[in-house]
Amino acid sequence: MAWLQTVIDACYFLAALLFILGLKRMSSPRTARGGIVWAGFGMLLAVVATLLLPEMENRGLIIAAVLIGVAAAWWSGRRVAMTAMPQMVALYNGMGGGAAAAIGASELIGHVGDLVALNGVSAPNTYPLLPESWSALHAATVVAPLSPVALTLGVLGALIGSVSFSGSLIAFAKLQGWLDRRFVFPGQRVVNLLALAAAVAIGAVLVSGHLSLGLIGAFFGLALLFGVLMTLPIGGADMPVVISLYNAFTGLAVAFEGYVLHNEAMIIAGMVVGSAGTLLTQLMAKAMNRSLGNVLFGNFGAVAGATAQAIDGSQKPIEAADAAVMMAYAERVVIVPGYGMAVAQAQHKVWEFAQLLIARGVKVKFAIHPVAGRMPGHMNVLLAEAGVPYDLIVDMEDINPEFPATDVALVIGANDVVNPMAKTDPASPIYGMPILDVADARQVIVVKRGKGTGFAGIENALFYADNARMLYGDGQAAAGQLVSALKTLDA
Amino acid sequence: MLDGFLALYIFMLAAFTGYEIISRVPVILHTPLMSGSNFIHGIVLVGAMIALGHARTPFEMGIGFIGVLLGAGNAAGGYVVTERMLEMFKSSKPGKGNGEAK
Repeated sequence: MAWLQTVIDACYFLAALLFILGLKRMSSPRTARGGIVWAGFGMLLAVVATLLLPEMENRGLIIAAVLIGVAAAWWSGRRVAMTAMPQMVALYNGMGGGAAAAIGASELIGHVGDLVALNGVSAPNTYPLLPESWSALHAATVVAPLSPVALTLGVLGALIGSVSFSGSLIAFAKLQGWLDRRFVFPGQRVVNLLALAAAVAIGAVLVSGHLSLGLIGAFFGLALLFGVLMTLPIGGADMPVVISLYNAFTGLAVAFEGYVLHNEAMIIAGMVVGSAGTLLTQLMAKAMNRSLGNVLFGNFGAVAGATAQAIDGSQKPIEAADAAVMMAYAERVVIVPGYGMAVAQAQHKVWEFAQLLIARGVKVKFAIHPVAGRMPGHMNVLLAEAGVPYDLIVDMEDINPEFPATDVALVIGANDVVNPMAKTDPASPIYGMPILDVADARQVIVVKRGKGTGFAGIENALFYADNARMLYGDGQAAAGQLVSALKTLDA
Repeated sequence: MLDGFLALYIFMLAAFTGYEIISRVPVILHTPLMSGSNFIHGIVLVGAMIALGHARTPFEMGIGFIGVLLGAGNAAGGYVVTERMLEMFKSSKPGKGNGEAK
């Protein structure tokens, strides 16, 4: 059966290659669509190859589990709204972490017998769990107990995977709105640290070869608990960074468990995601002007109540018809969408409005803050869904120098990312965060539901600026009014 | 057998590969990429299948079954969500897949 092994190895190799090429293609808007398809083929290849492994048992059970898992995830992934993407990514990521933890668990449990025997602590070698071969791809090689390195990586992967699993589920629940409150209590950091230290300590005992079901259970219990504790105090605004971090965690866990299983495709795919995810996490944290440590251990909202600068002036309202006229006769209009627009499902109307402006010869661009929406790039997805071509969408660094030459900046559903206090008020919790300098435009129109504060609960000086006018109303309704006002103008 | 240092080389090269791929990505693709990389670690499904394929006792089978279930969810969910997001990217410049943009 040597040829079968070769075929299977070749499949894994191809899968790893397709993953890397797929990810590469996904990093450019033009080839991105093909990238995921390539990676998908790789996955299919790897799964089929695994089913062909000669020493596999329980094939019926495996196929049943695969079908159920695929069907459930496919169904949920198809019907979920684009605005809910971040929490779905969190959910699927948590599942991956859980799977990695399960692999670790079954490895450890499978070796309860032989390792204990190895240490001479108990029992003869007749332990019923002793596997003929745990090295799946190398059925021919002699059965060996897990090497110290494999055991260490297996335990580490299980720890990271468990944290990613429970942490991602909490992140999902928070973004889904099931968990509104931030759970903060005195001494929280100490408790978290103790949970982690205890998990690591038990992990170290496991690595030393003292495997027992009780210890393994305690290890996983503590690891899962730590994931929950670590995520609970983190506020909704920081969640994307955390999800991205857990994504990298799962990648690492997969790579480590891949080492234990001697599966190179898992090592490569997991490690690529581990490092790419880490970099992505850093980019996101940087875009939000938060360090990772700050996100994980500083409690965001805690500062928000502190002494903020008083704001002079008042908010000046404007009617939709006037706003429409203002933009119709402008030369350059920049639309700044925020998550509020997406929640109101206003992106289609906004794009319709933009198209009418473009038809009149107005130069329209969409300016996107790196953290507009719930994740970096989330807003691009939402605009793309409405049909906005990606070359009209401009990043923060590129659009900021253009604001002084912009006649009207239309801010719709965005708040903190256009708040000038990030530059002027050191007491503000968002102080230092890079913002879109919409206040530099000649006129600013802000579409906003009411006079309240934004997602992060921070007062916004922009709304009181001399060149700013407030168009109160639900994003969807306001955009509709703008469209009809523009149409009457044309008629 | 995958010996220690050979594995170390794989770990290192894969890490650099991931870093290099992501380092020049426009912000516009961050969310799809996060979702895409989320799909790619769905390869954990393969590991879970191997674990279940070697399970002997009902307890081990139970853990393996849950693992495969979760891994399959990761892979399938990650794929669908990423594909849906990327499907929507199009350019206003003439070419195929062009919307009604003017």
